[in-house]
Amino acid sequence: MSQVAALHADVVEPAESPLTPESWGKLGMWIFLAADAMSFGALLAGYGALRYGSADWPIPSHVLGIGLTAFMTFLLICSSVTMVLALASIQREDMAGVRKFLALTILGGLMFLGMQAYEWSHLIHEGLGLTGNPWGASLFGTTFFIITGFHGAHVTGGVIYLSCYLIRSLLGRLQPRHVNQIEIVALYWHFVDLVWILVFTFVYLL
Amino acid sequence: MAHTAHKQPNYIGVFWWLLALTIAEVGVIFMPMARVLIAILLVGMALTKASLVAMYFMHLKFERTTLGLIAVTPLLLCVLLVFALLPDHSATPHQTGAAPAPTAPPRSR
Repeated sequence: MSQVAALHADVVEPAESPLTPESWGKLGMWIFLAADAMSFGALLAGYGALRYGSADWPIPSHVLGIGLTAFMTFLLICSSVTMVLALASIQREDMAGVRKFLALTILGGLMFLGMQAYEWSHLIHEGLGLTGNPWGASLFGTTFFIITGFHGAHVTGGVIYLSCYLIRSLLGRLQPRHVNQIEIVALYWHFVDLVWILVFTFVYLL
Repeated sequence: MAHTAHKQPNYIGVFWWLLALTIAEVGVIFMPMARVLIAILLVGMALTKASLVAMYFMHLKFERTTLGLIAVTPLLLCVLLVFALLPDHSATPHQTGAAPAPTAPPRSR
């Protein structure tokens, strides 16, 4: 196809993204997410190796608040639903719906972060830290804070990313033709939810 | 600006499945069965939830297959990573059978 394009070089057409014809940005986001998944995967694999080789690793469900984190999981799942509804809204050009669902998604993210902060402060107060663990191997605290902190940083970034679009929409500068951009931010947000599903399983439940 | 034309997935239906699986996951850790079985069930449910989010919320089901391959590659690489770390799992110090440390008292025979 590129040779044909070269023959018709006087007519300049933008090249289509090979896998996602409607948007290069979408392909870029997928590739970024694949790389980010490797970062989380490396942290979780390392966590598994350290935990398996440790003699006095506490049982997570005994020392961590499973009820609170189960609700946090539910919250992120809800925010994924509101995100997909925001995308559906812009696809049918319902800009008020976009604002409503973007705001709800951001709210879900903020509530998640608030609960994470509450959980962290509770655990730190009990003596769990990057180097200390009152219930056994100190690496339990290290891996817990590094993994949940890395994920929390992603949620924070996502909240900021989404807020940019909400502000643009409130200023009347988000149009239905920007549907690809909303699709891209939605991919990032769903990825954050997906990673939490895995973190919740491996760090809290297993 | 066209996106692959397909019927909009039943997002709320997927949500109910995700909620049910989350409740099941929390419930399973209290079940009186072998930890290995609990682990298998948990990993299975987590992967199912992850697939639901990827296929329906991220619309992977309606994208080109190659994009799905890009998305699933990290999973395969991470499984390889876990196997690569297996020799380090039992992190016990090795006895090499070499000469004892200089500070050790001489062995009497």
